Amino acid sequence: MRTFDPRRYTGFFTITLACLFILYAPLAVVAVYSFNDSLSITRFEGVSLRWYQDVFFGLEAGKFRTAAWNSFTIAIMAATAATMIATAAAIGMVRGGNFKGKPASFALISMPIMVPEIVTAVATLIFFSAIGFSLGYVSILVAHIVFCIPFAYLPISARLQGIEATFEEAAQDLYASRWNAFRYVLAPIMAPGIMSGFLLAFIISLDDFIITNFVKGAGVETLPTAIFGAVKQGIKPDIMALSTLLLLFSILIVTLSYLIGRTGDAKNPE
Amino acid sequence: MTNQTPIAAVALRSVGKDFGDFTALKDVTFDIGDNEFFTLLGPSGCGKTTLLRMIAGFEATTAGTIHLFGDEIETLPPDKRPVNTVFQNYALFPHMNVAENIGFGLKMLGWSKADIDARVAEMIQMVQLGQFVHRKPSQMSGGQQQRVALARAMAPKPKVLLLDEPLSALDLKLRQEMRAELKSLQRETGITFIFVTHDQEEALSMSDRIAVMSAGEVQQIGTPEDVYEHPANRFVADFIGETNLLEAEAGTVDGQSVMCQFGGSSISATTTGAVAPGQKGWLSIRPERLTIGTALGEGSIPARIGQTVYLGTDTQVMAHLEGGATLGARMQNTLAGADRLTEGADIHLTVAPGAARFLVE
Ligand SMILES: Nc1ncnc2c1ncn2[C@@H]1O[C@H](COP(=O)(O)OP(=O)(O)OP(=O)(O)O)[C@@H](O)[C@H]1O
Ligand SMILES: [Mg+2]
Repeated sequence: MRTFDPRRYTGFFTITLACLFILYAPLAVVAVYSFNDSLSITRFEGVSLRWYQDVFFGLEAGKFRTAAWNSFTIAIMAATAATMIATAAAIGMVRGGNFKGKPASFALISMPIMVPEIVTAVATLIFFSAIGFSLGYVSILVAHIVFCIPFAYLPISARLQGIEATFEEAAQDLYASRWNAFRYVLAPIMAPGIMSGFLLAFIISLDDFIITNFVKGAGVETLPTAIFGAVKQGIKPDIMALSTLLLLFSILIVTLSYLIGRTGDAKNPE
Repeated sequence: MTNQTPIAAVALRSVGKDFGDFTALKDVTFDIGDNEFFTLLGPSGCGKTTLLRMIAGFEATTAGTIHLFGDEIETLPPDKRPVNTVFQNYALFPHMNVAENIGFGLKMLGWSKADIDARVAEMIQMVQLGQFVHRKPSQMSGGQQQRVALARAMAPKPKVLLLDEPLSALDLKLRQEMRAELKSLQRETGITFIFVTHDQEEALSMSDRIAVMSAGEVQQIGTPEDVYEHPANRFVADFIGETNLLEAEAGTVDGQSVMCQFGGSSISATTTGAVAPGQKGWLSIRPERLTIGTALGEGSIPARIGQTVYLGTDTQVMAHLEGGATLGARMQNTLAGADRLTEGADIHLTVAPGAARFLVE
């Protein structure tokens, strides 16, 4: 029997290369021009680190620093809260048996992934103004917690599904209360899933633009909204430097999340 | 209960379990004595694990009551029951080493560090795992993991130890060694063992008493000898050991003994229940209770040798009776090349006294 091998199809390599090019060429251009020793964004005139220096010490450095601080603190808090909620949700969904409304619960949890982001953004904004919630740092944080939940939930529940319920039963059999069974047995075994869920939520929060832009109110910026604001006044190479830094950081976190999620299977995480 | 009767370690009264409209256990009633090695034996799916899980507290009863040393335990969660389990897949905590696994129950009970260390050392010595203290379960063989699971469950000195097919994952040699070891551990510690298995040999060789189960119901409870020699019904006779089961009809009845007609032959058999002449039932004869001889003796049945199968210690012989019935017999291979067992030879089968049993159901 012949096995299915997509490489045998004519044009396979061409199409693959075209896709990769379309995906990565813009990123490559940004990365390369961030080292350009010129104000021009079309002509390359020698290598320099001046735009990186500009990001940290230039005219707009203060603005970027505040935005970066907002982005990181919001991402850490939102990811932490979302991970805790997602862990509780995963335990309920995976260990709760076949309770009534389980499919509905799953749909609710994963809704933010399915719904177009602009819809969530508009809805969140309307909701906040309806209840008179003042827009700013806290409103961004709340919105981020909500849309980060499904991203944290997916790796956590995947991990939990691979863990047999007998571990918790054995813990309870050995006089552990439900909380202690979670703390000493389930949580350590789930840890890679929880960590990878946290990192995913963190990165999603860090680079969110649409929802943040709607609910941020005046005066509070995160990195993506600050970058967008700067770009509106014309693309300067310092934006490319900043974007490249952000890109590297994202790659780092995503790789970390992937590696952690992969460490060992549920049976022997060593 | 009078003062003389000791309180049962586990007392089950009309215990039942339904999963939706499927009945996994029906009207289970029996007592397990203190210090007893008690075995639940039955084919796959008969409800052994379910019963064990109900005693451990992982599954709620849908009918009946369970008492542990006289105390009703229905409302107690698993962590409040003085019962520990050796799980079928061991369920050792993968992120803890051997010592941490064994000490886990003690830690949860709030023992002091020094007490835990002493008890863990004692348990490690008991199961002879001295050199593995710092290993993780994934770095150990199945047999070693099995010992850790045993030590972990016994460390908190449970009143009752539940073992769910603990030997089924081991190879034959190790299984036989562990049987003897488990048995002597139970003797030394005096802990009540409730042991689940579907292996009748395991049950016979280790247990003080056996409960034979089928389809969620207890078929018979008795000592290994009881259930083997005096099976209560056809299922028990068939499930425990090998036997010849023949459709038979009761003839004259004289107390515990009944004359049975089967396939044109007749034989005297024992019975326990009340049997009326003419009643239909089953005749059970263990193959090793049949002897093959050449001469006609008292109570012997003429037969012709059919297929023979060499099995090492003995030879299985199919003997065809004149009436058409076939009986399997087992002859010990004490002499090399027993030439009288050639196919087609005429022989006489003698049934050992009391070896034939008439079963009504
Ligand atoms: N949670 C459950 N939901 C529905 N049915 C169940 C559940 N647990 C067990 N059963 C059913 O109850 C019956 C008894 O199961 P149990 O696990 O007690 O069998 P067992 O005697 O331990 O078998 P084995 O020797 O294969 O382990 C089986 O038919 C099983 O399908
Ligand atoms: Mg079972």
